[in-house]
Formats: sequence, C-alpha cells, structure tokens
Amino acid sequence: MDIKGFIENFSAQFEDTDASVFNAETKFRELDEWSSLTALSILAMIDEEYDIQLSPAEMRTTNTIQELFDLVSSKEE
Amino acid sequence: MEYNPFALQGKTILVTGASSGIGRSIAIECSRMGAVVYLTGRNIVSLQETLSLMKEGPHQIITADLTDEASISNLVDKLPLLNGVVQNAGMLERMLCKAAKAEKIEKLMKTNFEGPVLLQKLLLKKNKIEKSGSVVFVASRAPFAPSIGNAFYSATKGAILGYAKTLALEVAPKQIRVNSICPAMVWTELAKKDAEQMSTNYEEAEQKYPLKRFGKPEDVAYLAVYLLSDASSWMTGSQIDITGGGELTLV
Repeated sequence: MDIKGFIENFSAQFEDTDASVFNAETKFRELDEWSSLTALSILAMIDEEYDIQLSPAEMRTTNTIQELFDLVSSKEE
Repeated sequence: MEYNPFALQGKTILVTGASSGIGRSIAIECSRMGAVVYLTGRNIVSLQETLSLMKEGPHQIITADLTDEASISNLVDKLPLLNGVVQNAGMLERMLCKAAKAEKIEKLMKTNFEGPVLLQKLLLKKNKIEKSGSVVFVASRAPFAPSIGNAFYSATKGAILGYAKTLALEVAPKQIRVNSICPAMVWTELAKKDAEQMSTNYEEAEQKYPLKRFGKPEDVAYLAVYLLSDASSWMTGSQIDITGGGELTLV
C-alpha cells in the first residue's frame, strides 16, 4: 500500500471537504466534517480496501493521516 | 403481609443476559421484590457476580449460549415452571449500511432475534410458563430513533417488537402476557463500548435528553418489575418507551 492511494481513499469518505485539503499531515479530527459517520466510513474503507479490521480505539490513537496509514501498514502482512 | 400489588413474592422468573447491564439490574430488583430468579448468560463468573449482588434466595445460575440451539434446549430442560420470563440478552454492533457484511448481520440477528425466538418456542412447547405468566422483551427505541451505523441493530429490535406483538395474541388464551420495553440510551458496558465505536462523547450526548441524562439500568428494571407483577395484569401486546424524554434522540 502507498500513502498516495491511502489519502485518496481517505478523502473519498468526505462529501463537503475538498480533496485538496487532504495530505499526510492533515489532522483529520479537526476537520469540520469529522463525525461518527466519517469515522465509521474510514474504518469501513480500511476494512474494504486493505482487509484490515481496525478498532475505533486503535484509530483514536492516531491524529494525522500519516499516523493512521502507518498503523494500517503495521498490520499488513 | 403488607399491601403491594407490585411484589413478585412467590414468582419464579428467568432473566436472560443476566451477567451485566440491564439484565443484571433486572435480576437484582426481581430478587428484592421477592422473586426466585433463574439467571442465564454465557459467562459464569459474571453471573456469579450478579448473584452476589442479589437479595438471598434459592436463585439458580444456568449458563447457556442463546445462539446455540442445543444450549437453549439444555437450558429449558433445566428450568422449573416459570411465572415470568425476561428476554433481555442482546448485542450491539454498529455498521454503516454501505459496509454491511453478511456474517455480522447474521450474528446480530442470531443474538437479538433468532435466539430469543427459539428460546420462547421451547418454553412454550415444554409448557414452562405458568398460566397468567408474564413475558418481557427488552427491545430498544433504536427502530424509532435512527442513529448512524445502527441500521442492523435497529432492524433486529424492530423484528423482535413485531414478533412480540403476535406472540401476545397467540398466548393470550393461556392468560400469558407479552410486553416489550423500548429504552433509549442506558449507561451499561454495552453503551460505553458503543460510545467508543461512535467516537462520540456520550456525557455530552446525554445532555440532549430532556431529563439531562441517559437511563440507569435500574430505571429499566423497575419497569420490568411492573410488567412481571400482577399490577400489570391487563397489559399485553404493549411496547413501552422509557426515554428520559429523549424520544427522537438516541445519541
């Protein structure tokens, strides 16, 4: 997996936030559109695209897209 | 004896999912109101903990997995004649509609609908419920108060509500009553786990309730006691909301 594709998949879960806002250092929790809906969407995306089942508690340990990417990567075989 | 139409003296009551949360609280309050309680659940240690919190009596623990038909059958065989049944066992897992997974739907349906329904079938078939007995389903406000990711849990609870109404009709000739409780959010381990999954602050969310709080397990237990007691003899086929006023909100 690569960070570029991950950022694209990540931003695809948002309706109103422009894709240009998203980069590796984006603190996603601070986005206006961040909500339980987007949080669950991100978890579902990670499951669907990368076949990794992340718990909400695990996701909460991350703040930037890069950190989340690193967490998902660390779980990949 | 003191006048108390809400007492459960002389009644034997089965509580499923008695190992924690609302089920535990119902078991405790039933014992305090004088009932002999049969506790069931999967985890013996948690069931023993519930038992230790109850008013003393000849209560019994029978472990069972309500997603397993053989286990349900074994449970029913060990039960005495009952005056009350509290169908409380259940699970909650959130999943977006666009991320629906067959195996997760099946697990939710099995735990929240199929298991209780098969247990009910065997209780009836083996005549384990006394004439004038009371059956209480702990359902949820979820089917009427949508919240993100809750479609499948809501569907299982909606299913049990529909089932319970028909059951009420079918067992009425035996004067057995069937009622359902629909609580809004109640502070239990299940709710705490849910808050974690929702990444939502439930302490803030409960302030949206007119009574400024989510429910406590005993709030629901007192309603269950009423439905199990002779005070509710004319109630059957009812769905009772208990919400702290938060009718349109769950979280």
